[in-house]
Amino acid sequence: MTNDFVIKVGTVNGSGSQTANMVLLRSLFQMGIPCSGKNVFPSNIAGLPTWFEIRLSPRGYAARRRGVDLLIAMNPASAAADLAEVLPGGAVIADEPLGLAGKRAGVTVHAVPFGRLVQACCPDPRLRRLVTNMLYVGVAGRLLGIDPAEIDAALSKGLQGKKKALELNRGAIEAGRKFAEENLPAAFPLRVERPAVNANAGKILVDGNAAAALGACFAGVGVFSWYPITPSTSLGDALTGYLEEHRTDPATGKATYAVIQSEDELAAIGMALGAGWAGARAMTATSGPGISLMGELAGFAYYAEIPVVIADIQRLGPSTGLPTRTAQGDLLQVATLSHGDTRHPMLFPSTVGEAYSMTQDAFDCAERWQTPVFLMSDLDLGMNLWTSDPFPYPERPLARGKVLSREDLAKASAFHRYADPDGDGIPYRTLPGTEGGRGAYFTRGSGHDEQARYTEDGETYRRVAERLLRKWETIRKEGPAPEVIAPGSPVGLLAFGTTWIPALEALDLLREESRVEPDACRVKGFPFHDAVRAFVAAHERVHVVEQNRDGQMRKLLAMEMPDLAPRLRSVLTYDGWPIDARRIADGILAGEKEPAR
Amino acid sequence: MSEVNRIGLGKDAYKGAKSTLCPGCGHDAITAGIAKALYESGVEPWRLAKMSGIGCSSKTPAYFSSGSWGFNACHGRMPPVATGAVIANRALLPLGVSGDGDTASIGLGHFAHAIRRNVPLCYVVENNGVYGLTKGQFSATADRGSKLKSGDENPLEPVDVCRLALELGCGFVARSFAADRRQLDEILKAALAHRGTAVVDVISPCVTFNNHEGSTKSYDWGDEHRKAVVEVGFVPAWETPEVEMAPGEVRSVEMPGGSHVTLRRIEAGFDTTDAGFAWSRLHAARGSGEFLTGIFHLATGRPAFDEALGLVDEPIASLPESRLRPSREALDKVMRSLM
Repeated sequence: MTNDFVIKVGTVNGSGSQTANMVLLRSLFQMGIPCSGKNVFPSNIAGLPTWFEIRLSPRGYAARRRGVDLLIAMNPASAAADLAEVLPGGAVIADEPLGLAGKRAGVTVHAVPFGRLVQACCPDPRLRRLVTNMLYVGVAGRLLGIDPAEIDAALSKGLQGKKKALELNRGAIEAGRKFAEENLPAAFPLRVERPAVNANAGKILVDGNAAAALGACFAGVGVFSWYPITPSTSLGDALTGYLEEHRTDPATGKATYAVIQSEDELAAIGMALGAGWAGARAMTATSGPGISLMGELAGFAYYAEIPVVIADIQRLGPSTGLPTRTAQGDLLQVATLSHGDTRHPMLFPSTVGEAYSMTQDAFDCAERWQTPVFLMSDLDLGMNLWTSDPFPYPERPLARGKVLSREDLAKASAFHRYADPDGDGIPYRTLPGTEGGRGAYFTRGSGHDEQARYTEDGETYRRVAERLLRKWETIRKEGPAPEVIAPGSPVGLLAFGTTWIPALEALDLLREESRVEPDACRVKGFPFHDAVRAFVAAHERVHVVEQNRDGQMRKLLAMEMPDLAPRLRSVLTYDGWPIDARRIADGILAGEKEPAR
Repeated sequence: MSEVNRIGLGKDAYKGAKSTLCPGCGHDAITAGIAKALYESGVEPWRLAKMSGIGCSSKTPAYFSSGSWGFNACHGRMPPVATGAVIANRALLPLGVSGDGDTASIGLGHFAHAIRRNVPLCYVVENNGVYGLTKGQFSATADRGSKLKSGDENPLEPVDVCRLALELGCGFVARSFAADRRQLDEILKAALAHRGTAVVDVISPCVTFNNHEGSTKSYDWGDEHRKAVVEVGFVPAWETPEVEMAPGEVRSVEMPGGSHVTLRRIEAGFDTTDAGFAWSRLHAARGSGEFLTGIFHLATGRPAFDEALGLVDEPIASLPESRLRPSREALDKVMRSLM
């Protein structure tokens, strides 16, 4: 097999394998081979099993594919289970003491004495654990035919400026290569080759959290308040880095932004609300448990109409759940986060490009709609590396919404904070500190009338609540339309976020292997655009693909279009592994009562 | 012509809606004190950000300075909201009004962390030792042995917000009594002039639920037990401080903006420069029946949070797009690094 297989590396968390795995992935990327990498890691600093999966796919499928063609087995704790995942005819590069040779019929095991090799190439015993991993890069590079120059370039990129580490690791890669050359068969069933067309020319390799951070940086975020939580932490870290580099005022060396690490998620959203209220672009990032804590203030922001962007990098829950595994399990919670009649818009990025662009959209939407806007990413998108076209520079000016300046206020006959002069349900606001004080008002989560005055009058409360519904319909109109592929099948597939990538692959599988060829709809936002309803209405059965147990997207669809609910089916995974095309295809075939392959 | 202040505003400019609290509530006295302090300090109402949480105390920002923006947040969450607001616009003067439920219970963590950060925030605790809106349960600041109307006695140690503030490095820690307007008004003006977190714990009797015999937060108890450790004076920037007291007995502190706070020692040896001293003295007073008041500790110079963050001088909230969005070249550079 050439350029079309899966490599899985099983190592020990904290052993430095991430650097080695990045060299492997990056060297394949540089050769122009369509490839993607997924890091599967434990909730642990060091010692527990961790894995890295690399998929090479001539068609550019970036989703996970189950079944391993080449296993690199380095961890005694997971070796047996890892071996079981190898497909018949597959190969294993195994640390010799693991004794995997002959353990599985139909799988070729190449034992490598990593311990002995590392002693020879790394004189400092303290560094051997880290350097060992680089040896397998050399071994695998040789067996697969990865261009050594690309491995070296990838290593140099990974260890920028660290000359000593570079030399040491270069030596380890060479030692691994030499061992393979002298001891392992030259003919290997898996090969990589430079494709005729470089699939990665001009492309970038980036994770979704860094992409969202860039989006925020270029959307002019003013205050980012956050409490670290996996898997959103790298968004905060990346944003801090980008802001330091690109948002330091050149004239004064001072910051045009603030990053505040708060005491908890209640404070994180509280600070963001204070900042949004005061007129800065405000954002926080978190994951499910943080969303739970933010509930009360999210409802406040909805009712008091304060713009804020909340990135939810979803992980598998409830409770602590599997904090380092992916899910799309926060939809129902976020859609109505808080008590009472609350609704929140959500955006669902499917790619790193959208993590970047939708974060920018989220700021514009939050200020335009004066409400919290949730960016619903997940661990798979946020923490894994994806190939993408470079992100375009934002050409549209920042949309700051209906804010009345001092001059506007001087011309206006009156200012009523919660009135609806435009009929779109979106009121005008003023910012604290506006000189002269015209337009000053009192923000409160308790009952208020159109002039922001305290009230316990039921009729007034109802009027404001209904105006918020009017705003919700404006949001529906202005939110992103779905992506629809509909040649005219009676069967539909509906996906969103990271389920879309394997869903597209599943469409190919179904076309090639079955009589079921569904149309497809990718939901990009909530509330659902009218075109989503039209898609469901145009199909007899719609298979909703999602990564949670309870079919949360399906439930939201049923809530918003109860008349169409009987058409909806579910294809679900909720084991923490990114959903793959085979499961989607099989799930749809089962739903259609067609035999699975 | 009616009287106006330094910036040409009359007292009416600092008034708000009519209070809906019980007649005689200590909080209304504090509201009046705040309005007076704002008037006398010549605060521009539009620069003032009135921040609060939930409870009787947190309703009061509606009752003063109606020309200011206000934010009545969720229970306990005033400090983070105020933090976000003042970081977004450092030209604002945030005045937080919260109760003992907000400060010592549901929002205790936020109170602590606001102080830790030294957020520019004048934080007034309207402390009555009970939950009024839910009809009179003890709060976390109720003294051990204090009695509810029902006669139930509080068996637990109180949270002393002043000692906690001192422990956390707060540069302005004061306590006063709602019925002692003479002292309270001076402390409030001083607190408004402080750059950083200023904690003003005001014992404020709840006439409905905590003003009876056996309560240690009643008007009578406060009048009988209060004991000022220093006499506080405030001299605005446009007046010259006249200090004629014996050196060593008075401390005159120049505040940012040029005003002065004078602290004339009443209790022998009380050292307002030493947080450790103040802490020990308050600790010793615990449970003794002494109700110490005054500014316990005043230290200027520690950078406030906006300074610690190294923010540009102008409010972030008013920066133009050209200073918020990095250049095309900056994005190109990032893209190249990811190739």
